[in-house]
Amino acid sequence: MLYINCPHCGMRSQNEFSYGGDASVKRPELNKEVSDQEWDDFVYNRKSLRGKHLELWQHISGCRQWIKVERDTATHEIFRTFKADEEVA
Amino acid sequence: MTQTFRIENAGLINREKKISFKFNNKSYFGYEGDTLASALIANGVHLVGRSFKYHRPRGFFGAGVDEPYAIVQLYRNGETEPNIKATEQELFEGLEAKSVNCWPSVNFDIGAINNFLKIFLPAGFYYKTFMWPKSFWYRIYEPFIRKAAGLGVASTKHDKERYEHKYEYCDLLIAGSGPSGLASAYAAAKNGAKVILAEDKPRFGGSLLTSDVNIGNQSGKDWAEGIIAELKSMPNVVVKNRSQIFGYYDHNMLVMSEKVSDHLPATKKYHPNKRLWYIRAKQVLISSGSIERPIVFGNNDTPGVMLSSAAKEYLKVYGVLVGRKPLVFTNNDSGYETAIEFKKHGVDPIVLDTRKNPESEIIDEAKNLGINVKNSYVVVAAQGYKKVKSADIASISEDKKQLGKIENLQCDCICVSGFWTPTIHLASQSGNKTKFKEEIDAFVPGQSKQNEITLGAANGVFSLDETLKTSFKAGSELSKKITENDNEIAIPNVVEKKSSQHDKFWCVPLPKGKNYKRFLDFQNDVAVSDVEIALREGYRSIEHVKRYTTLGMATDQGKTSNLNGLQLVSEIENKVVPAVGHTTFRPPYTPVSIGAIVGREVGKHSKPTRKSPMHSWHEKNNAVFVDAGVWLRPRYYKRGNENLFEASKREAKNVRTNVGVCDVTTLGKIDVKGPDAAELLNRVYTNAWLKLPVGKARYGVMLREDGIVMDDGTTTRISENHYHMTTTTAQAANVLSHLEYYLQLVWPELNVNVVSTTEQWAGAAIAGPKSRDILQKLFPNSDVSNEGLPFMGYMEGDFFGVKARIYRISFSGELAYEVNVESDYGNFMWEKIIEVGEEFNIQPYGTEALSTLRIEMGHVAGSELDGRTIPFDNALEGLVSKKKDFIGKRSLQRSAFIAEDRQRIVGVVPLDKQTSIPEGSHLVKDDKAPLPNPKLGHISASCWSVEYDNPFSLAILKDGKNMIGQKLYAMSPLKNKVIPVEIVSSHYVDPKGERVRS
Repeated sequence: MLYINCPHCGMRSQNEFSYGGDASVKRPELNKEVSDQEWDDFVYNRKSLRGKHLELWQHISGCRQWIKVERDTATHEIFRTFKADEEVA
Repeated sequence: MTQTFRIENAGLINREKKISFKFNNKSYFGYEGDTLASALIANGVHLVGRSFKYHRPRGFFGAGVDEPYAIVQLYRNGETEPNIKATEQELFEGLEAKSVNCWPSVNFDIGAINNFLKIFLPAGFYYKTFMWPKSFWYRIYEPFIRKAAGLGVASTKHDKERYEHKYEYCDLLIAGSGPSGLASAYAAAKNGAKVILAEDKPRFGGSLLTSDVNIGNQSGKDWAEGIIAELKSMPNVVVKNRSQIFGYYDHNMLVMSEKVSDHLPATKKYHPNKRLWYIRAKQVLISSGSIERPIVFGNNDTPGVMLSSAAKEYLKVYGVLVGRKPLVFTNNDSGYETAIEFKKHGVDPIVLDTRKNPESEIIDEAKNLGINVKNSYVVVAAQGYKKVKSADIASISEDKKQLGKIENLQCDCICVSGFWTPTIHLASQSGNKTKFKEEIDAFVPGQSKQNEITLGAANGVFSLDETLKTSFKAGSELSKKITENDNEIAIPNVVEKKSSQHDKFWCVPLPKGKNYKRFLDFQNDVAVSDVEIALREGYRSIEHVKRYTTLGMATDQGKTSNLNGLQLVSEIENKVVPAVGHTTFRPPYTPVSIGAIVGREVGKHSKPTRKSPMHSWHEKNNAVFVDAGVWLRPRYYKRGNENLFEASKREAKNVRTNVGVCDVTTLGKIDVKGPDAAELLNRVYTNAWLKLPVGKARYGVMLREDGIVMDDGTTTRISENHYHMTTTTAQAANVLSHLEYYLQLVWPELNVNVVSTTEQWAGAAIAGPKSRDILQKLFPNSDVSNEGLPFMGYMEGDFFGVKARIYRISFSGELAYEVNVESDYGNFMWEKIIEVGEEFNIQPYGTEALSTLRIEMGHVAGSELDGRTIPFDNALEGLVSKKKDFIGKRSLQRSAFIAEDRQRIVGVVPLDKQTSIPEGSHLVKDDKAPLPNPKLGHISASCWSVEYDNPFSLAILKDGKNMIGQKLYAMSPLKNKVIPVEIVSSHYVDPKGERVRS
């Protein structure tokens, strides 16, 4: 079970969180013309990376905040975690 | 029976307390502190089972977790448990055990014929033989294999035992209480670290219990006892025996199974049988020791052949002789230690040493005691069927290829030592890339992957002095980093005998003309010849060899077989062992009871149960409940001998003609507050929300980004910046997360807060033509007329002194209201409604009637919003705004979603107006068409229309818009039904929606 550093609550076990997918995906702005390709990339197309991956988790049984987690998909190593509004350098 | 193999003045058992037990229905005695194995050996019993494949007689090979085959079926307190190692099971009064893998009895086992057919049962036998004919697999082969295989029988009864889960955090978790575990635990504890020390055996001390050493001027065993006593007295230390750490998982999470009650005749009141610990450790110290490995020779699975360390343990811990004429076969000094113990207890062993001329303190001591030592000698084969009677021995050439003349030596046991294999399972599970250590011919942990280090014998360090020094240091330094304390500890002086280099020899060649089975894996009956076949047939990867031959599989996980298997592959392949590599060590290290894994989450505890505040009223009024997610909801209220169908029909009919009341507390409720609340709703729902006035409710549909309907419900504007959103019972949690996702990540600029209020409000839906009459009596001071509270209107009211919210919304399609009060007043509200409603013939109605009412109105619910439908499919496209953008809107332009013949909701009536259509039935054009019959749609929900008194269903049908009036067939192969049907509008009752506005 992963041990995730919630930027709001500290180290918590994985069973307090729910997974939210790729954090690098950006929703197209509202009311903007979007091509089929752009929309498909937003809704469906994911890279399924092996290695370092920035992903979303929600601390659902804790502070309910969505957070970003930088995790290695092969080794499960977690490098850093960020608040929802934190810039990932 | 008398304990003829028990000797005086040896062992750590309590001879004051005699314990009676039964094995294969025969009664025996042992002592407190015995294992089932030690007690049986004390009674001269060596035949405990039959082997897995060939059904060869099986005895004891080890003395603990290393045991591959002394596995029994245990009976305790009216329960039975399979897969119990006799070497680990502690004796208790009344214990009963039976052999497995034998029929009709262990002494006469019909399956043993496999032993004589063994040339037909080589590696891969099952793969090769049971492939054809195909139809034989499930009728003949599989039942046969199922019967023949297995290590016992699982109980089919409900398990009365209780199992607990425990979560724990610590600074240092130490696996194993041998010298390295004790030393590191002690040093860390002295620095104030929070320490958990786990030992799988009942007794602490590991090898110190059996080795002849001195630490700080006391025996190793006494030193260990002193340390344990001190550790137990420290508040920062948890010391656990009978506790096996069996798995090392991500981020230093380890799982330990504590046997709380297995050593007792019955579990004590309020105690669990086992406790599963999930331990998150800052640092893990693996001090799991090592397991002696066998030397491979002919018939080396005969009862009476066992590890020399096991023979020593039976003697020193249990005061039991494994034989009176022991033969010790060794390639290192450990065999001599066992021989010395025999000699000290008046038994004359013979030592066969594969080495030519070894010299060491231990060997000198053995020789000084007068022990007969034969150098450059090997055991070629054990003789005897159910027990070793003699051994064929021979000298061996220096290149270890040529055997001398074979001699027969009388003996009753063969104690074998092929040197030591570090127990690296936990380290390997942590992701540690192990490395091969040439000096000990074994793998040891390499670069740490997680916060773990391995110490002592588990790390390939066999010198006690070095083990203690490194372990004290590691415990001290690692704890210092965590606690910042640095209490110096004096490292005690160690007296141990120096040993000489072991011999790499591990397998005795076959003598000419002999075809003895030489076993590598005793649990899975894998012999040298099986691995040879696998390699001959082209298997190269050690992982493939493992699966083809079953070497190192099952509960044993290669504890005694792993390295010898690798040696063999490396020799045949002419590679060095590290190039062959080892197979993956998988958790669990030892079998774990399923009950322990499940813990308390069984039966009704497998999920939480949520009850509405009116639950007790429902119970008192004969409600029959149904699971709705985690909620319990009344399905119907039983009157007299009514069944579900009759009761729900009565209830639904009463709503249509009089008035009914339904508990709708379970509906998801979310408070949406803030200046941008309307803007959020406008983006989340498909319809427009910016102009909803205060005091009005609106029905809304929300989509996922892929255009699929996620949920529906009404949202009411309570005040300027305050909305009350309702969701379906099932989607309540998902909708909240969904809103939080957009507010926190996508549109953080919106000034809105959302919070679940599901449990804050109790809800009652009052539905039916007479509902307003009731409402007027409930709220005499409020204007609840059609003008005062129109359809989709909202007001607050005084409910007999309690603040209430009144929504004029309807799921039943009738004139209806939902009244909410704070949860604590829920029952009060309910009883008042029933009381006031009596004169209007009010009846409570359950979810079944609720479904009927909504189905015949064509209102969609979870069975239509099933994660596969878009608004159009549910005839909700009128709610999709063309002007504004919202979540999922862009997806609705996808070509499949705008196709002309897109699926759509319809009503379905059977032509005979009699036959109910099973939910899930498929709609087809031609009931006689060849399979697969093209499916046009499916029945999503069915009811008995109380309005028309005939069956009615909803369906999602391809090109549904143009199918009204068509005749199709509803086919349910599961129910074996073919029903001719007509397609009608989904709005079966009151299609213009006049009733809700009346």
